Amino acid sequence: MRVDYYLYLSAVLFTIGAVGVLVRRNAIVVFMCVELMLNAVNLSLVTFARLNGSLDGQIIAFFVMVVAAAEVVVGLAIIMSIFRSRRSASVDDANLLKY
Amino acid sequence: MSDFHSPSIAYAALSPILIPGIAATVGVLVDAFVPRAIRWQTQTAVALLGLIGALIAVSVLAGTHTITADTAVAVDGPALFIQGTIAILGIGSILLVSDRSPGLDGGAFVAQAATAPGSQEEREGAASGHAQTEVFPLMMFAITGMMLFPASNDLLLLFVALEVLSLPLYLMCGLARRRRLLSQEAAVKYFLLGAFSSAFFLYGLALLYGYANTVSLAGIQAATVSSGHNDNLLFLGLGLLAVGLLFKVGAAPFQSWIPDVYQGAPTPITAFMAAATKVAAFGALLRVFYVSFGGLGWEWRPIAWAIAILTMVVGSLFAITQTDVKRMLAYSSVAHAGFILIGIIALNKSGLSGSLFYLLTYGLTTIGAFGTLSLIRDPDGEATHLSRWAGLGRRSPVVGSVFALFLLALAGIPLTSGFTGKFAVFSAGVSGGATPLVIVGVVTSAAAAFFYVRVIVMMFFAEPVADGPVVATPGGGTAGAIAIAVAATVLLGIVPQPVLDLANRAVPFYH
Repeated sequence: MRVDYYLYLSAVLFTIGAVGVLVRRNAIVVFMCVELMLNAVNLSLVTFARLNGSLDGQIIAFFVMVVAAAEVVVGLAIIMSIFRSRRSASVDDANLLKY
Repeated sequence: MSDFHSPSIAYAALSPILIPGIAATVGVLVDAFVPRAIRWQTQTAVALLGLIGALIAVSVLAGTHTITADTAVAVDGPALFIQGTIAILGIGSILLVSDRSPGLDGGAFVAQAATAPGSQEEREGAASGHAQTEVFPLMMFAITGMMLFPASNDLLLLFVALEVLSLPLYLMCGLARRRRLLSQEAAVKYFLLGAFSSAFFLYGLALLYGYANTVSLAGIQAATVSSGHNDNLLFLGLGLLAVGLLFKVGAAPFQSWIPDVYQGAPTPITAFMAAATKVAAFGALLRVFYVSFGGLGWEWRPIAWAIAILTMVVGSLFAITQTDVKRMLAYSSVAHAGFILIGIIALNKSGLSGSLFYLLTYGLTTIGAFGTLSLIRDPDGEATHLSRWAGLGRRSPVVGSVFALFLLALAGIPLTSGFTGKFAVFSAGVSGGATPLVIVGVVTSAAAAFFYVRVIVMMFFAEPVADGPVVATPGGGTAGAIAIAVAATVLLGIVPQPVLDLANRAVPFYH
């Protein structure tokens, strides 16, 4: 079985995540799309590790997971604080800063 | 498969990174155990001690060239110069953060970040006069990441350092005491866009790993000069990696977050971001492009030219249209990112040393400018609208002339540090074959001088407004930070040679 199909799959997942960040309005969903992008990267890292015959890619994937978990903590704290003051998590409502 | 060998780590060479990390950890413990009455002072002392310790470690290590932690960290001249710069800028920022004098209405930070704006709990917290001190450990963790960022010798560590410096910054943006909705909005925007850009950085890392079968910068460089690799992976990976790094330095077209976040964040944090974050990110950018991709200059330079020109033009032109002083300084920092990019594109020794010197001068002037800005106050916080500044220099000549000095240095007028920095970078650009780029740089500097001088004219030659803002008496922290910045701006403009020599001796990268 050819392994490089997984690279195409990860590129598709990454693109879906990137488009999601750009078009979705709810900050939580935007954030989930960022997580999808990170996991797409993990898939390509593991695939490259298989293709290159080295273990580094699998180790890097673990680092990415840990960093993503830390990012979730910080991100949800920020989104929750803005939700408490505005009763909305829509990124379109946060429009005081412009021009 | 070989057995696992633990890498040897030269802890002494890593001490500029470790000492702020230790200070941050101690800061967390201080927050938990020290009585509330003396907590703020203790935190300030711990943070300042950590930074002074890091500065001493840098000066002891000067001249070291070593690669440690199994090729992951490079301690060399440019890394140490950047680390020293960040330690000095960190001291200035901590001084600004620590100031809670009555003139500044109890400081820039909210008593309890968890309370909703306008709620009963928020009013009680503000009335009690106490404040949580989480900003100090957050600041020190961010500085730890910044110390590691320019010394990272492989892409994985670069990514980890990027996140260690970014995550505390996202939080600190949301801690403003006044105009909290703006502050929280800035935090959300910075967080979502920052996470978006680090995903791009990471995908670039994955593709370069697929290309070179390693993530060490030297390994990628070795792969670019040998044959038998897939060049599509290389250029896609390089592009995506550059998106992540250029986002952090605020280069166009990735600059859209800068004005919003700089305006919404508490002013000491804005000063910290505009100075230290930019220095650290440029340090990493310089290392990646000089060490890994220096041999590919012909391939990436045309795109880098376009980005540098776009950054200079966008920064200068948008700054002209601003009516808010904080936002104007934000766009001016975009323009400065474009000027420093010329030093990267030059891709020679004088480009590297010129960029290092420019970063030091720009950072110190920026800290001083934002520190002075925090003194001009209305009843509801800082008066940042330009029209409110009319006649300020007549009513308060000292503050007016200090701010005018910083603006002239940012504009690059001779006898200020800004001129020396610009001259170093532009002359390196000419010798590196980027003369057209330097011409664009000079023209946009002239356009930029217009909006700096406009503020000075407003301060000194316009009639004072009737109910104009008051000029607060700074506490020791703010006064100290501004004094350091004034001294550096004047001294580096008149006698720059010792520091220029230091920057010249710091190059090149060791790998």
